[in-house]
Amino acid sequence: MRSMIKTSLAAFGLSAVMAGGAFAASHSLSGDLKIFLDTSNPAPRATMEAMIAEFQEMHPDLNVETTVIDREAYKTQIRNFLTAGAPDVATWYAANRMTPYVKAGLFEDVSDLWEDPEIAENLASTKGAMTIDGKQWGVPYTYYQWGVYYRKDIYDELGLSEPANWEELKANCQKILDSGRKCFTIGTKFLWTAGGWFDYINMRTHGFDFHMQLANGEVKWTDDRVRETFAKWRELIDMGGYIDNHQTYSWQESLPFLVNGEAAAILKGNFAVAPLREAGLDDSKLDFYQFPPITEGVELAEDAPTDTFHIPANAENKEAARAFLKFVVSSNVQTQINNGENLGQLPVNAMSSVDDDKFLNEGFTMLSQNSPGGVAQFFDRDFPAEMAAEAMQGFQEFMVFPDNLDDILARLDKVQERVYGN
Amino acid sequence: MSTTSPAIPATEYEPPRRSWYKRNEIAVTPWLFLAPAIFFFLFYVIFPIFQSFNISLYDWDGLGEARFVGLGNYQELMDDSAFEVSLWNNLKWLVLYLLAIPAGLFIALLLNQTVTGIRLYKSLFFFPFVISQVVVGLVFTWFYDPTFGLLNAFLGVFGLGPVNVLGDPTLATYGIIAAGLWPQTAYCMILYLTGLNAVDPEQVEAARLDGAKGWKMLWYVIVPQLKPATFIAFVVTIIGALRSFDLISIMTNGGPFGQTRVLSFYMFEKALSEYGFRMGYGAAIAVVLFLIMLVFIAYFLWSMYNEEKGAR
Repeated sequence: MRSMIKTSLAAFGLSAVMAGGAFAASHSLSGDLKIFLDTSNPAPRATMEAMIAEFQEMHPDLNVETTVIDREAYKTQIRNFLTAGAPDVATWYAANRMTPYVKAGLFEDVSDLWEDPEIAENLASTKGAMTIDGKQWGVPYTYYQWGVYYRKDIYDELGLSEPANWEELKANCQKILDSGRKCFTIGTKFLWTAGGWFDYINMRTHGFDFHMQLANGEVKWTDDRVRETFAKWRELIDMGGYIDNHQTYSWQESLPFLVNGEAAAILKGNFAVAPLREAGLDDSKLDFYQFPPITEGVELAEDAPTDTFHIPANAENKEAARAFLKFVVSSNVQTQINNGENLGQLPVNAMSSVDDDKFLNEGFTMLSQNSPGGVAQFFDRDFPAEMAAEAMQGFQEFMVFPDNLDDILARLDKVQERVYGN
Repeated sequence: MSTTSPAIPATEYEPPRRSWYKRNEIAVTPWLFLAPAIFFFLFYVIFPIFQSFNISLYDWDGLGEARFVGLGNYQELMDDSAFEVSLWNNLKWLVLYLLAIPAGLFIALLLNQTVTGIRLYKSLFFFPFVISQVVVGLVFTWFYDPTFGLLNAFLGVFGLGPVNVLGDPTLATYGIIAAGLWPQTAYCMILYLTGLNAVDPEQVEAARLDGAKGWKMLWYVIVPQLKPATFIAFVVTIIGALRSFDLISIMTNGGPFGQTRVLSFYMFEKALSEYGFRMGYGAAIAVVLFLIMLVFIAYFLWSMYNEEKGAR
């Protein structure tokens, strides 16, 4: 009986569900909707819960159950719950990070949602990151820019300006070093932070397409072009541009160097802004610049990791799940959840407005106007997991012992052969 | 009156038909009591061991189809420098962790006296064993911190340069082992303290009359009597060394560049962590670790068996 109502209502719901304002009209979804979230940090958690409460209000007959799982634990648990006891909606990451689940048939193909012009037109910028084998496997809900966050007051004191190319970046760095500070703070204990540096130096030296060829295993790590990237990186390392002992610190532990003025800048995602502001760096002291070009003529490409929602293939209430996905990407909801009081990131919907925040605005402008080369996800999302783990460990070793490079690259070649060989 | 049958009770005892269980009660009951434990032990301990052996022959990501590769995973292990590093680190742990036994003995001897407040001192020395390994790891991470750590402040007094213990690939493992020795010494100390209670005062008295003192007294009179405590301390220390995982995970996360991994941590990284889901490869590492442990387990069982035979 119940399932009959469910199916008939669901069929009705499908026709009634429209993006944006049309939601208020649909009271047609029923049954249970189980949502698993990895947004375990306090602010994102509250944002998500408020958004889900709103969705619940629109569909009083639907019984929404939300489970929030610790962000790190989620990364291993997802493998279990996708196969047994799947929720109807689950968060995850775009690009290569979803490949294993797509290949194993655990994510639902949601290409139908992407045919809707409302989504197709407004979410065009992230479509590539959601596409595998020509189909879309989920929707994005937020993304954020990467770039250099620097101490404006220190730059002013030394009379420096935002670098327009690699030479200027190094010249700035030399002046900063002469003033007794370090140019960049970084904490590589958990390895991935070094991946950001490799992403940028590689994309600036050889471009987005080359970077992706490497990610796809079409270029060997011992290739001369990869060596050039490391040579550029080494210039900064040999200057002493990075803080000492970075291999002992997490990224959070590397922030005090910036706050105390012992280092002048950090290459990081926009999520670093909140803790830096909390530590007392207001907008007069903290500023942002796009990572400068290295090779002339190479189109600028950016890292902008995208967080996503997916429907597991084993979900029970896929109609309600689809409605929820549409709801999440609608322009109003996107404006709401990504504003400074909530996630403080960039909305994925082109019709949404970006919150009036210095860094969000700069990031939005950069990604929409000044990133002609393309948008990468991040090293450990673009490269297959195993390759990424080995490579990032190599980056850390390189940053401490640059002379080990040959050994590192030979090792990475070996891993590459195995990872892409299968 | 005499027509009715006499109301006397039946004098002949007719034994009731005893059930099968009643007849075999003595033989069956122990097995019934053991059954739950045996069942769970078989299911959760013995069965997974064979399962691990089996998985180690496959190439499997935990999601898709498992592909049989025979001994391929083991072949790859032979050629894997990270595995080699982990194996050597395991060896370092095994050897250096044993320092906890003499250290524990000497602290126990120091504390085995009647002074006011000795209970307080004993509990203070026992304290590191009570707190969680995670806390121990954090405390030592701060202690070693290259910029504001106590260790470098202390070394600075003697004009010695700053050392980044956990960031230096040659020192990091020793740094972690030192952190692990802190609670392990406390554990051995408590074992010896209870052992010292059982030392026969008459033997000590007799030895003293014979002129034994100092080291000789300790080595020839006290230590032999502490043999049971030493054996237990040895067992828990070896097992503790092979199980080392939490400290590594907290203090260095296997780094810098994988130089502080041990087998258990490497297995976790390869099979269960964020980036690696090579169940077969992880299982192969687990099998190697199991075989190493088996050597010690066999030795422990053998010496316990001998002990019991001797006691009879």
